[in-house]
Amino acid sequence: MSQPTTPAGGKWGELKHPRANNSQALAMLGKTVRYVLLIGLAILFLFPFYIIVRNSLMTQPEITAFDAWQWWPESPQWGNYRDVFEDDAISMATGLRVSALLAIINLVMQTLFASMAGYALARIPFRGRDVIFFLILLTLMIPGAVTFVPTYVVVSELGGINTLWGIVVPGLFNAFATFLFRQFYLDFPTEIEEAGRLDGNSYFGVYWKLLLPNSLGIMAALGILSFISSWNAFLWPVIVGQSESTRTVQVVLSSYLTAQTIDLTRLFAGAAIGAAPLIIVFLVLQRYIVQGVRMSGIKG
Amino acid sequence: MSASTTNQYQTVKVPWYRRTQAEASLAFILFVAPMILGLTIFTFIPIVWGALISFSEARNTVSIGDWVGFDNYTAVLGNPEFRRSLRTIVIFAVFIVPITFFLSLLLAMLVNSAGFGSAIFRSIFFIPTAISYVIASIVWKMGIFNGGAFGFANMVWYWLDENAPVVAWIGETDPPYYWLVLVSVRLWLQVGFYMILFIAALQEIDQTLYEAAQVDGARLGWHTFWTITFPLLRNTSIAVLMLNFIAAFQAFDEFINILGGVGSTGNISLARPPLVYLYQIAIQQQDYGRGSAGALILTVIIIAVTLIQGRLFGFGSKS
Repeated sequence: MSQPTTPAGGKWGELKHPRANNSQALAMLGKTVRYVLLIGLAILFLFPFYIIVRNSLMTQPEITAFDAWQWWPESPQWGNYRDVFEDDAISMATGLRVSALLAIINLVMQTLFASMAGYALARIPFRGRDVIFFLILLTLMIPGAVTFVPTYVVVSELGGINTLWGIVVPGLFNAFATFLFRQFYLDFPTEIEEAGRLDGNSYFGVYWKLLLPNSLGIMAALGILSFISSWNAFLWPVIVGQSESTRTVQVVLSSYLTAQTIDLTRLFAGAAIGAAPLIIVFLVLQRYIVQGVRMSGIKG
Repeated sequence: MSASTTNQYQTVKVPWYRRTQAEASLAFILFVAPMILGLTIFTFIPIVWGALISFSEARNTVSIGDWVGFDNYTAVLGNPEFRRSLRTIVIFAVFIVPITFFLSLLLAMLVNSAGFGSAIFRSIFFIPTAISYVIASIVWKMGIFNGGAFGFANMVWYWLDENAPVVAWIGETDPPYYWLVLVSVRLWLQVGFYMILFIAALQEIDQTLYEAAQVDGARLGWHTFWTITFPLLRNTSIAVLMLNFIAAFQAFDEFINILGGVGSTGNISLARPPLVYLYQIAIQQQDYGRGSAGALILTVIIIAVTLIQGRLFGFGSKS
């Protein structure tokens, strides 16, 4: 084989050719390996969801049958879902009502308080502003769950044990969300705000008519996150809300799990009911949730 | 204010100082009032009260004044169960933090480089974030790692070897299989969250860096990962480690739901994290003095480790 003598550029091209083939094959292999890994991991991650649905639609003997693992019930027991609501002692219906109410209050009030404070800290001139901002930031240093003992002491002094406000109010003041809203309003164009003030608006008017409507994206992102964390919270609701009328879904489900005799069908049907609202929220509003999670990554 | 402005808009502009300072101050106070009041009542006062009560004898009472000095602190620190709970949480953190870190980074790289279906894969890995610890505990304890022969893990054992003994999983101390249960449930719940942070960081990386490296003769792969990708993920990596560590040290939900119960003790003595210990001392036994002392000790430990971690990785210095 006689190789033609080539100028520098040609030689480079000649060398490139076999290597390009090689790396193409490697790329194909790499791609295949990646997809196999991705699909394998995806199956693993979906498996617990499958277990919830499978067990929730089976009879107790079907679930506990040994050496005859059934991947899917022969006749799905949809009645299990109805039976969850039939236990009067530990009411799932009350749990769902309480959780929904608390999560919505949490979403609205936490977002409102944080955005109000964030706006003032970003845009309203005040002598002690930096001190107040520092005080708010200071609370970020304190790991949240650890303060549950002293907070419990204060809430019980205020008569908040076994009340709905005792569960929800202490969590409405989110220093980190305040920080994020302040950042957001600092970047908000001053021209719009000044034009609004030119029209004779008060600070409140500017906030309500101009800033609030223009920060719906960040509000949705942070609001949905607070909805999710409120719905899923366990430690605080189980301490403060043990009475029948103040049990959240999580507290009800936990009491199923730790009961003397465990009814497996009710347990899994209850788990499915407790998880369904958030799975729907997640699938529909994923864009905002991802945005919210990205913002919360700034912390640390 | 420049006088030579020709812009009509600017000449009629009402500057800040035309508004009275009183109006601004009043508005500021009203806007921050809910936040400041709330933080005062539910964060600052509890911390001060907690600190004071930790120096008081306060059983079945939340009042301050029966001063006992550092008795509560020495009692808590001298308690073998509290010390054991600190060891427990350190062991837990040693497993959960690095595994979460590497798995979430791996998922982010895989999802980010997958062209077709990458959005679907991202959703699949992210969606467990929507599930509560209580529900995940139900699945792990009663579905997958059920101590009965019908639990899925035991069923897999049986498929592999018909004579395999039935494993109790959460009751098993030798080997301590309950760690497998506790670590895997948290992994499933939180890896997607950190994956999102890594994906965000990966998408910020300027792609021309890789092109430049290729022109210089580098192959995409390990080499570019270590020289380009990993260094540029530094800030996100530190955030992931810190958030993860702080969350791990405050573990409560899955431990109490999988190992024990709110009403019953169960197997919680196998691995009792500090928050469960504090819950039992302060809420169940109503010894608020010792409970607050323990809470403050734990707070100091978390803040100290976070600061050391930050110093170690040079957080705040330019990347």
